[in-house]
Amino acid sequence: MTELKNKAAPKSGFNRRDFFRGSGAIAAATALQTQTADAFQNKSPQIISGETSITLNVNGKEHQVKAEPRTTLLDVLRYQLDLTGAKPVSSDGSSGASTIFVDGKPMTASTILALQAVGKEIETVESLGGDAVQKAFVKHDAQQCGFCTPGFVMAVRSFLNKKPNASEAEIRSGLNGNICRCGTYANIVEAAISVAKGGN
Amino acid sequence: MAQYSWPSREATTVIGKEYDRLDGMAKATGAAKYTYDVNLKNQLIAVALGCPHAHCKITKLDMTAAEKTPGVVAGYVFDHAVVGSEIQWEGELLAVVAAESEAAARAGVAAIELEFDELDVFTNDEDLDAAEKARRTGKGGGKTELLREPGDDDDEDEFVEKEIARLLKESKYVVEGYYGIDAITHCCLEPHGSTVEWKDGKLLAYLSTQNVSGTDEGFANDLGITSSEVEVRCDYIGGGFGSKFAPDYWAVAAAKISKTTGRPVKFLLMRDQELKIAGNRPSGYIKVRIGADENGVLQIWDSLHWGTAGYRGGGVSQTVMPYVVRPKNYRRLATTVATNTAQSRAWRAPNHPQACAMSQTAIDDLAAKMGADSSEVFAANLRAGNVDSQHPDAANVYLAEIARGAELIDWKANWHPHGKGKSRGSIVDGLGMALHTWGGTANNSDCRLKISPDGGVEAFCGSQDLGTGTRTVIAQVLAETFGLGIDQVRVNIGSSKYPASGASGGSTTVGGVSESHRRAGLDALEKIFELAAKELGVDAASLEAAGGQIRVKGTDKSMAWKKACTLLGMKPLEVNASYKRGDVSTLSSSGVCGVQMAHVEVDKETGVIKIKKFVAVQDQGLVINPRTCKSQIYGAMIMGIAAALYERRITDPKSGAFVNAELADYKLARLGDVGELVVELYEPESERQRGVIGNGEPPAISPKAAIANAVANALGVRVPVVPLTPKRVLDALAKA
Repeated sequence: MTELKNKAAPKSGFNRRDFFRGSGAIAAATALQTQTADAFQNKSPQIISGETSITLNVNGKEHQVKAEPRTTLLDVLRYQLDLTGAKPVSSDGSSGASTIFVDGKPMTASTILALQAVGKEIETVESLGGDAVQKAFVKHDAQQCGFCTPGFVMAVRSFLNKKPNASEAEIRSGLNGNICRCGTYANIVEAAISVAKGGN
Repeated sequence: MAQYSWPSREATTVIGKEYDRLDGMAKATGAAKYTYDVNLKNQLIAVALGCPHAHCKITKLDMTAAEKTPGVVAGYVFDHAVVGSEIQWEGELLAVVAAESEAAARAGVAAIELEFDELDVFTNDEDLDAAEKARRTGKGGGKTELLREPGDDDDEDEFVEKEIARLLKESKYVVEGYYGIDAITHCCLEPHGSTVEWKDGKLLAYLSTQNVSGTDEGFANDLGITSSEVEVRCDYIGGGFGSKFAPDYWAVAAAKISKTTGRPVKFLLMRDQELKIAGNRPSGYIKVRIGADENGVLQIWDSLHWGTAGYRGGGVSQTVMPYVVRPKNYRRLATTVATNTAQSRAWRAPNHPQACAMSQTAIDDLAAKMGADSSEVFAANLRAGNVDSQHPDAANVYLAEIARGAELIDWKANWHPHGKGKSRGSIVDGLGMALHTWGGTANNSDCRLKISPDGGVEAFCGSQDLGTGTRTVIAQVLAETFGLGIDQVRVNIGSSKYPASGASGGSTTVGGVSESHRRAGLDALEKIFELAAKELGVDAASLEAAGGQIRVKGTDKSMAWKKACTLLGMKPLEVNASYKRGDVSTLSSSGVCGVQMAHVEVDKETGVIKIKKFVAVQDQGLVINPRTCKSQIYGAMIMGIAAALYERRITDPKSGAFVNAELADYKLARLGDVGELVVELYEPESERQRGVIGNGEPPAISPKAAIANAVANALGVRVPVVPLTPKRVLDALAKA
């Protein structure tokens, strides 16, 4: 935490941001309840600190990567695996821009620590390879600057996996976890409807 | 020289048709590389410390501990943040830490030792009395236009007061209103920043920018090198909206750190910094009196507005007031307010959205007072010539667009006088509309076109694609010109080493790149026609390019495009074209209208507003790609819904802190919030004949006023300041 000697400055309490920002490896590992360690070391809870080499299953392949307790999955994907489809827009997941699948469920990579992802199947937007949702995004021009697009594609894919025949009303109420600043929502609704109807 | 013109509507095969955007799949699959995504070998990640107080004097800034933090490679203190410096807004960057990872850089930033003395803070831009007491106001200028002139003996100021009083007194209807529009931020999803490296003494800067051709100079000036030693690249940009025209001091810092460390540096702002310092739109608040005759035709407008563009003062320009609907007699005055907030940047149609929200709300309140249909009050003023617009035939175009918009939203069937609609439980509905105008003169644009002897067509232009579809538009223009398919031309943009093209701002890009590429294309075609004419034994003037052939018009005699290109010999044909702003041309024009109509539902118990249907009718001359053109308008409407209902910068009055500078707190519209949106491109032959005009700005102007007016129509009560939050709705109802 920045040392704020000014008396009016806020006192540093433990909060989520410090948790990520600090080098507080012990705090991080403890807070994790070390399910991760369970998974990859098959041992009871323990404290991890410093950089560890771990194996992540990303898009069907095993990858050896390095991670500290504070390292997010998003950081590993973007900087070590050069999978930059998931975007760093908000560290708290409120934009949905880093949406990926973890064991088939949509999650934001910015709010998962790399160590938590050990032993899980991670799929990024790059794994879809031009599927019906992506084709529909192109056809219905459901993108402008495109920075939110990969996250939105994953959100729509996930939603339609769950509800393949979703109605327009369901689509409008079920895709509110992602933000687009350019304002492509009308086109995204069209794209999602077309996939739900079996076309693209 | 070739005649530069567009083919007729009937003769076009590519322009005016819907095409998928060329980079659509790259964006949908994550393959598109934005500045943030460019990973250079051995790169450092830089993170900055933002100032925690909105007005303070730095007394200590020690980087020692930061630089010793594991993983940290370098520290950097900005010149404006050295000890003794006064900082005027929260979030201003003070120092930077470059490290092996973002986490290490953040840890380094946390170790910076900072001390400061707090100074007086003022951020209350809505309260003019408080601003005056705090000596934060300045002159914003003004203008008075009155049909009657003072006599020789009259004191001018006294005459103006008396004449305004007389006009108000003689008016059948007088409305006194208070309206406002809070400051919002650009909030680009890709934050401002760069990924840079030095190679052989030259800087390669991947910059998230709307100004590829103009930012090399910005780097060069600040780094003491020449523009020729800088290449700026931007293949994809994650939002700009008017805030990304310059490298910014933090991209220059990235270049300096990169030089010192000998390693590439990636430096993009954190989310809260993006909202705090990287662009905001000035606020505007107004007190106004208007007088109108029995038909609602304005006789007099008298207003004073104020607001802030940041620490240096400024605000909404008085020159655009009153907006579009402007009577012959008016007085408009403006006062600026200096607040401890970051300086504003151009935001889609600078000044216009605020002017529209501060003016056309008063017109709607006039309709409410008259018990009249607001669309008829707008129309009566247009017919009476009370119109100020950049479109040369504005009144007629507005009237036609209002008529079309009314059909699309079923205005007549849904209309009820203000506050007199049927309610369903606590839900009431209402209609509102607004008008806008914008220029959009094509920007300077140069391009280089290469036609290879094997028939390949490739263009190079230092423009950029903000998500508007620049690449696709250029490809359509070239394909149309050569009678080829859109996949047979290669478009290159996004490097400052390509021929210079203007910044993308003010709806100037589509006009500029269409000008340069159509000109280059026609010049090249003229040369190819000469060669083909000789071969075919015909007059070059009899030839046309269509369907992959060079053809003698009206006959079967033709030659394949590829065959014609072999006539070039061994060397490719290179053509340069240059369009300069102001060149007389039939290819592009400027000045548009546009109408928007909103149908909303308001819950009087909760104050929650829902968009039922929102219609835009927009002219923009000749449309190259209707699909991407409509997407721009949808986007502008959705951004407008956010500004009308949700988003605002909220500052703490004591510390000046921007308290909602994270996306969890800075409310934007989400997919389920936008209701049914209808866009219609208004493109009769009279508009098409005008040539290409950009539409990035115009549709972003009206939403706030249209939606606020619809809410006033629903409630019968004006909620004066946008965004119309539930609390503001309930407060207005309680006051009524």
